[in-house]
Amino acid sequence: MSDGMMTAQTATGHAINIGALDRAAAADTSVPTRTSIAVRGLNLYYGTLQALKNIDLEIPHNRITAFIGPSGCGKSTLLRCFNRMNDLVDTCRIEGQILLDGKNIMDRDVNVAQLRRRVGMVFQKPNPFPKSIYENVAYGLRIVGINNKAVLDETVEKALRRAALWDEVKDRLDISGMSLSGGQQQRLVIARAIALEPDVLLLDEPCSALDPIATAKVEELIAELKDKYTIVIVTHNMQQAARVSDYTAYMYLGELVEFGPTDQVFIKPKKKHTEDYITGRFG
Amino acid sequence: MKDWFKEGTPWIWFTAGTVSVSLVLVFGVLWLTAFQGLGYFWPKNVAELTFIEKDGKAIRVIGEIRDTEEVATRRLVEAGFNIKTDAPFVTRSLIKLGNRDITGVDFRWFPQPLISNVTFPPDLVTVERHEWGNFYGHLKQVKEGPQVVSEGAAAFGELRKRVDRANDLFREILRIEKHEIGRVNYHIEQTRLRERRLQLRNQLTDEAKAQIEAERAKRQGEFDALTGRLAQLRKDIQRDSLVAEIMDGKLIEVPLAKVSDVFQANAMSTPQKIGHYVRKFWEFLTDDPREANTEGGIFPAIFGTVMMVLLMSILVTPLGVMAAVYMREYAKPGPLIRTIRISVNNLAGVPSIVYGVFGLGFFVYVLGHNIDQLFFPEALPAPTFGSPGLLWASLTLAILTLPVVIVSTEEGLSRVPRAIREGSLALGATKAETLWRTVLPIASPAMMTGLILAVARAAGEVAPLMLVGVVKLAPALPVDSFFPYLHLERKFMHLGFHIYDVGFQSPNVEAARPLVYATALLLVIVIVVLNLTAISLRNRLRERYKGLEGV
Repeated sequence: MSDGMMTAQTATGHAINIGALDRAAAADTSVPTRTSIAVRGLNLYYGTLQALKNIDLEIPHNRITAFIGPSGCGKSTLLRCFNRMNDLVDTCRIEGQILLDGKNIMDRDVNVAQLRRRVGMVFQKPNPFPKSIYENVAYGLRIVGINNKAVLDETVEKALRRAALWDEVKDRLDISGMSLSGGQQQRLVIARAIALEPDVLLLDEPCSALDPIATAKVEELIAELKDKYTIVIVTHNMQQAARVSDYTAYMYLGELVEFGPTDQVFIKPKKKHTEDYITGRFG
Repeated sequence: MKDWFKEGTPWIWFTAGTVSVSLVLVFGVLWLTAFQGLGYFWPKNVAELTFIEKDGKAIRVIGEIRDTEEVATRRLVEAGFNIKTDAPFVTRSLIKLGNRDITGVDFRWFPQPLISNVTFPPDLVTVERHEWGNFYGHLKQVKEGPQVVSEGAAAFGELRKRVDRANDLFREILRIEKHEIGRVNYHIEQTRLRERRLQLRNQLTDEAKAQIEAERAKRQGEFDALTGRLAQLRKDIQRDSLVAEIMDGKLIEVPLAKVSDVFQANAMSTPQKIGHYVRKFWEFLTDDPREANTEGGIFPAIFGTVMMVLLMSILVTPLGVMAAVYMREYAKPGPLIRTIRISVNNLAGVPSIVYGVFGLGFFVYVLGHNIDQLFFPEALPAPTFGSPGLLWASLTLAILTLPVVIVSTEEGLSRVPRAIREGSLALGATKAETLWRTVLPIASPAMMTGLILAVARAAGEVAPLMLVGVVKLAPALPVDSFFPYLHLERKFMHLGFHIYDVGFQSPNVEAARPLVYATALLLVIVIVVLNLTAISLRNRLRERYKGLEGV
């Protein structure tokens, strides 16, 4: 019953027939789910350079969606549209719509700060603030104006537990977040983002600065988090995309080449171009 | 040889050499000021010697030998000295004779060939006086009124006791004059100002008049009581005196009321001398100046310098930081902001006296005058803020040091990693919240660097201060026990200006010279202490934000 719905929901540009899925191989994608973020005809320009070309995409709710593609293909740029991080770039101009639960976030009346609380983001390099672990996690809450010690304590613990960091740091919450190891820092940053109970979590190459063991831990964490959050992850690492994601979008030179359930994209890509990239023939 | 050049070995020698030269210069300066300044407090032996005058008469000379130098014999002979030697140069000694009120010369050069019989008799006493400088002589008698109470060898012990008593009285007189009468005067002035204020507002009713008169009568009563006590104390202090034989054999009576300290340098042991040294040094740090600043301490100057620097820091930091935040964070980069930045940098190169002129013309005359008209009309025509003072001096130095604070803050802001800003924004913080909670704290070590540079520059600045608030002798400290406790309109003393004043404006240059060095040393120490405080503060901040690249 989901097949028809998913096909109907998918935008026209690069229609994907989810009905053609190998259901046995992709348990997750077979379960019906609603769309969390819908991108409609998105064009993005840096000055005169067009970085994203007519993107149409539907990111399913509480699933992990991976963006892959060679450097400079626009995957990070697209990700940063979802919480309007591109607003910080003066020359950036955006056309089209991005609907978060049906509401266009590009609208003028959208409160960007509120949007960013709903759409958390984790960056390529761990960027904890030069504050204590506790204050790092409480940062977003304090911004909202929550200063009640009991509430903060509870939320910080919950976020750190969910980020699988609690056991490692519970006795030293007052040391600087910068004194943790790279992997711990990245999990701290994730805890910081989920402390705000966002709907969507954007991960911009979260493991590219980490060693393999730390990477494994973060990946494990990502898999656990998808029950509660819609996760979009940008990655350079094809194995990572295959390992953690439910859906994969392959982008090339600012265009969305192929989007579909991860198993399908990796095993039976519909486009020759996708297959070439995945098998390492270029890129 | 060619390879030696190519390898850059000479270059290393050359660069290392310049470092050594700088070090030698720095330590040379410190050593010279310390050596010349710190020796001042050591009790110097008093010599007694015989000298052949130009007319052939032998005279007795008593004094401290302060310095020696070589001069051409011919010059001395032409000056009339009867020197019989073939040597082209002879040495001469500078002797501090003291007794300025009696002989009129404090210092005099004596050619050594004409000196004989140099002795250091232990009964020679050095008397430090509140006015006229030192007095040297053989102690003969201690008197109470016309009565001789002690004579001969026991006289010094008795003298010491009586000098201590006189000093206690002297301090009491000073306290009453400065504090108690000062307080009464303050209240009388306040009453006058209140009357004038009511008059200006046309509210001077008969009732208020009566109240003011009553207040005045009360204060006048207090004043009379104090004057009565003062008269009594002044009479008490006149009781004792000492009699000593000075170099020309005359017996001179010195009232102990004028004496601040007596000691027999020739009879003192080394531990006694060290004790004396420490006491004198402490007095130098904590006392008010006397004798046109050539004697006594320099406490008001230390206090004024520190106050001014602190006030300057409080004024310049928010101003500079806010300007830097706007230029770096909010303003759109472009030709306008570039022009502003260049102008700010160039402001740092404007000679400081120009700031002084600006401060006088704008702050004192325009701002101060208007403040007086608006808030202190009752004191007019006497200016309150309309004359140079602590506030205007600090403000002038604040604009003088503004560029360094702006430049270093901007640098610090530009080094805050982009990732940190994005991290904060991604958590739903607005730009302002990100600035307050994250960016500014991370940039705070850089602000401190700016402040350190500002303090270093401001503490040593003298020229502009002469125009906007520093005086040779301030009647009162800018902080006291009268509301509002901190008196920003008052003039103040400053170590830098004190050096200039003592060194160049003093009536007794020879006597003041060691003081110039001692004051200079103290100025350096004050600046070093202020800087070290700021540096340790910065290091603590740095420690907190360490690990962030570029901070």
